[in-house]
Amino acid sequence: MLTYLAKRIVASLFILLGVSVVTFGLTFLIPADPVAMIAGRNSTPAIREQIRHQLGLDKPLPAQYAGYLARLVQGDLGKSYARKSDVGALVASRLPPTLLLMFAAIIAELLIGLPAGIYAASRRGRLGDKVAMTLSFLSVSTPQFVLGLTLLYIFAYVLNWFPLGGYGKFSNLILPAVTLGLAGGGWYSRMMRSSMIEVLRNDYIRTARAKGMPEWRVIAKHALRNAILPIVAMIGLDIGIFMSGVVVVENVFGWPGIGQLMWQAIQSLDIPIIMGVTIVAAVFIVLGNLIADMIAPLVDPRIQLR
Amino acid sequence: MGDYWRRFRRDKPAVWGLCVITLFILAAVFAPVLAPYNPSEQFFDGLTLEGSPLPPDGRFWFGTDTNGRDQFSRLLYGAQTSLLIGIVANGIAVAVGTLLGVVAGYTRGFVGAAIMRLTDLMMAFPPLLLAIALAAILKPGLNIVILVIALVNWVQIARVIYAETLALAEREYIEAARAMGATSQRIIWRHLLPHLVPTIIVYATLGIATTVLLESMLSFLGRGVQPPTPAWGMMIFESQSYFLNAPWLVFIPGAAILILALAFNLVGDALRDVLDPTQRGRG
Amino acid sequence: MKRLLISAVAAVALFAAAPAAMADAPKQGGAATITFNNDLTTLDPQVGYDWQNWSVIKSIFDGLMDYKPGTTELEPDLAESYAVSDGGLTYTFKLRKGVKFHNGRAMTSADVKYSFERAVNPATQSPGGGYFSMISGYEDVTGGKSTTLSGVETPDDMTVVFKLARPDATFLHLMAINFGYIVPKEEVEKAGADWGKKPVGTGAFKFVEWVPGQDIKLERNKDYFRAGVPYLDNITFEFGQDPTVAVLRLKKGEVDIVGDGVPPAQFTELMGDPANKELVAEGNQLHTGYVTMNVTQAPFDNVKVRQAVNMAINKDRIVRLINNRGVPASQPLPPAMPGYNADNKGYGYDPETAKKLLAEAGAAEISTELYTMNVDPNPRIAQAIQQDLAAVGIKAEIRSLAQAEVIAAGGAGKAPMIWSGGMAWIADFPDPANFYYGILGCVGAVDGGWNWSRYCNKELDARAANADAMVKDDQSAGRITEWKAIFDDVMKDAPWAPVFNEKRFTYHSARLGGDPSLFTDPIHIPVNYDYIFAKDAQ
Repeated sequence: MLTYLAKRIVASLFILLGVSVVTFGLTFLIPADPVAMIAGRNSTPAIREQIRHQLGLDKPLPAQYAGYLARLVQGDLGKSYARKSDVGALVASRLPPTLLLMFAAIIAELLIGLPAGIYAASRRGRLGDKVAMTLSFLSVSTPQFVLGLTLLYIFAYVLNWFPLGGYGKFSNLILPAVTLGLAGGGWYSRMMRSSMIEVLRNDYIRTARAKGMPEWRVIAKHALRNAILPIVAMIGLDIGIFMSGVVVVENVFGWPGIGQLMWQAIQSLDIPIIMGVTIVAAVFIVLGNLIADMIAPLVDPRIQLR
Repeated sequence: MGDYWRRFRRDKPAVWGLCVITLFILAAVFAPVLAPYNPSEQFFDGLTLEGSPLPPDGRFWFGTDTNGRDQFSRLLYGAQTSLLIGIVANGIAVAVGTLLGVVAGYTRGFVGAAIMRLTDLMMAFPPLLLAIALAAILKPGLNIVILVIALVNWVQIARVIYAETLALAEREYIEAARAMGATSQRIIWRHLLPHLVPTIIVYATLGIATTVLLESMLSFLGRGVQPPTPAWGMMIFESQSYFLNAPWLVFIPGAAILILALAFNLVGDALRDVLDPTQRGRG
Repeated sequence: MKRLLISAVAAVALFAAAPAAMADAPKQGGAATITFNNDLTTLDPQVGYDWQNWSVIKSIFDGLMDYKPGTTELEPDLAESYAVSDGGLTYTFKLRKGVKFHNGRAMTSADVKYSFERAVNPATQSPGGGYFSMISGYEDVTGGKSTTLSGVETPDDMTVVFKLARPDATFLHLMAINFGYIVPKEEVEKAGADWGKKPVGTGAFKFVEWVPGQDIKLERNKDYFRAGVPYLDNITFEFGQDPTVAVLRLKKGEVDIVGDGVPPAQFTELMGDPANKELVAEGNQLHTGYVTMNVTQAPFDNVKVRQAVNMAINKDRIVRLINNRGVPASQPLPPAMPGYNADNKGYGYDPETAKKLLAEAGAAEISTELYTMNVDPNPRIAQAIQQDLAAVGIKAEIRSLAQAEVIAAGGAGKAPMIWSGGMAWIADFPDPANFYYGILGCVGAVDGGWNWSRYCNKELDARAANADAMVKDDQSAGRITEWKAIFDDVMKDAPWAPVFNEKRFTYHSARLGGDPSLFTDPIHIPVNYDYIFAKDAQ
């Protein structure tokens, strides 16, 4: 177990290195000239050359990357083109809201997805199943932007139950978390249902039933543990999926996280911020995957780590 | 084959689903004949004097969009783009994801580890950036959308298939097959894949809907299908801020995506039951 | 009974009118909340250059000159008076006494000198440093030979003398733009890279706090050198607010101004409700939306093709597309700009003549590309242009990209056509020269420049330089006439197709008061925060 963990951590570091190489390469291939943006409309070529030199953009690509990596190892993510301030501090200040939102969204999707899936599996083929599955479909097929605005309109504007966006209180958290987590909840209910149905076919379930055990106990005691495995494998992956979703959801709800920061940086191609957010996000995604892999054998003893 | 069809036919909703899919494909293919207007024609009187889109009426059945174009014609032509993206991009993703997931889960060792680390890398990488970079390097358009969606989607499928393969590979009957000298290929095809079919079907059907949504997400980032080519996701994106004032602009293409997704799901559900090896001969 | 009722109504009306009239007199106190979708990038006056931070910076800092609120009329600000001598080569400013930075220190001439040196120094990476190129010693600083501007002299604490290398009629305007605002050296150096996050100025409002991505809080500067203003005690700028949501919040009374403007979807509804008449301020902007055509490449190297494009575009329809929030443009300069030629009707919408011109040019079938920024409404406008061009036989594929990519493609000369919406479009100061050099003159027609048409007419450049050398008071009318002629001549070559001039509509809450011109200030874009007030202030 420990050697496996050590191995995975080393592998994770290589993944992060890979992410940094690929990101750096890709941002470089985007044909945008940060210097033209920084120097403005009235600059002369001589000034643009000077700024290019200050930013180190006149060096060859490998040298630029080496410099970036050397600073990265020391925890320095560089300085934003537009803001001139430290990217590390900027990302750090925007990270807690995003992590909080993601955590709440995971809870939301589990609260939505697992009961729905279990319910549907237990009523397989009957009306309840069909309704649950149709709803799960609706949830995965709704664009997050439309969902977010609709929730805001109904629950915040018309009914006045929640604030219209914003950050800081628990009541601010509910709507964005549901918006971000609903699609995942739909997926989970599907996965949970099919996985549950698989498990319920097993002989030991039939035995338990034959012994006269009530259905809810059969499910809770025998089926749940085994059926939950594919779901657990997915929770870690959620962080990666959420990283795209937060860009939209944070924009709709005015949530001051890294998704908003990323969206603005993409518009102005503030490459140090894009790089910084990508790498920090990658750290969390890799961590999520690692945790998912570590949990899997705890839930299902048949899987051994090596 | 006939046996499969007979059992499929018994599932009424699935047959309806198949009809809907056929209908949508026909609509896409015959869009040039069916559409009352050119989907790109912006009518001067297609907007109110204040520049708002027109609600549905006798002339424009589904109203007009924010550029004064006929929404019904755009929906029909959009079916071409969206079906293509949904089927091709998701098809590639499912095929690649399943193949790599099974191989990684079954062989483990170096190949398996390499594949899984590749998925780690892909997952740790924001699809946004991938889309932007690809669109910047190549010419933005339909091909890029398909490529990006396939590149993004296979990873998750591979991970789930991998996890299930791991669990399956530990089961007695696989051990038994291996002990009896079955080749890896045979074990994968005969013993692993059939058990993975339910999961694959779930992804192949649900994926159609999410794929079309991803297309709207790419449009949100300005990396989607380039205007004026219509696509459902893009139509939603273009008019999303109108959802309170001109809801038909959002809800009609939204409903199209939903109905298509639902149809694929019903067919998928039926197919899963029909193909499921554990159910074979029971019914 | 009836009469009684009428008199009761009259009494109510009278009653209602009286407090309303009282409430409309500016009052000290109260607070306002303004929303923006994007977090501000920086509050460093030498660096900030987007329209969200532009007027926030104007409320925290001051320059030697400013404009009368709501107008484009220059007046001294931190300077008490100024004198021009030496044929326009020397400007002497007497500084206002008793002006203090928010940290309590008195502002002196040394701060003025420091601020201009900071703007010009390439290490600052100021997007506006180039504006001060007429000050003597500019080249020495940008060339790295010196860090002090020899052209700025400080004979005593209250006097600043600018020596210019060439006369420039726009100089006083340049003393009023953000890049020339006065900053205290000790605070800039203390904050280092964070200076843009903790600004200290002399302005009407004092910076309190900035929570990244959430809000910026300002409070009234009690020591502000202008007595009686600002009216508001506190201003909060909230960020990350989608404008659609912000409009709903404003209706609920949670915010006071939607800084990004009302989204098209809600605009018609809002304007249709008479109750909102008082709440939507309407004003002109120094803005022109235009299509650039790269004159160095086929097919746009042919003036007839460029003129044909001008005639092919149905500007009325595009104005309708943007909910009539603009007027069709006939020339590069917007109507509110001095030098606008009301007699020049431009190229009218005439697809038949356009086709004829294309045939004469021998270019019946043209395939090209139209770049646009990918934020609404720009892709929609580009599609309207695309359809108009198709009608005369020009097939333009749309390239809808992020702002930075479009700017890069334009700067590299790779974009045959660019729709300018969303980029480089609002004048920095109200003078025709601001619409020429960087975007139509030879200086911008280079790699990395902003003259995306690559239009370089040496003769016009010389005439522009001559016009800007007309600095005497009695020459100013002649100068404007010459600029008028220059822009008329630019349009004969048609490197641009001007499409519309945007009007600004600012939606604000009923509790905010102030002249509508303050809510659509052509200089303090979008709102002049210093002079608006809260009617419910206690």
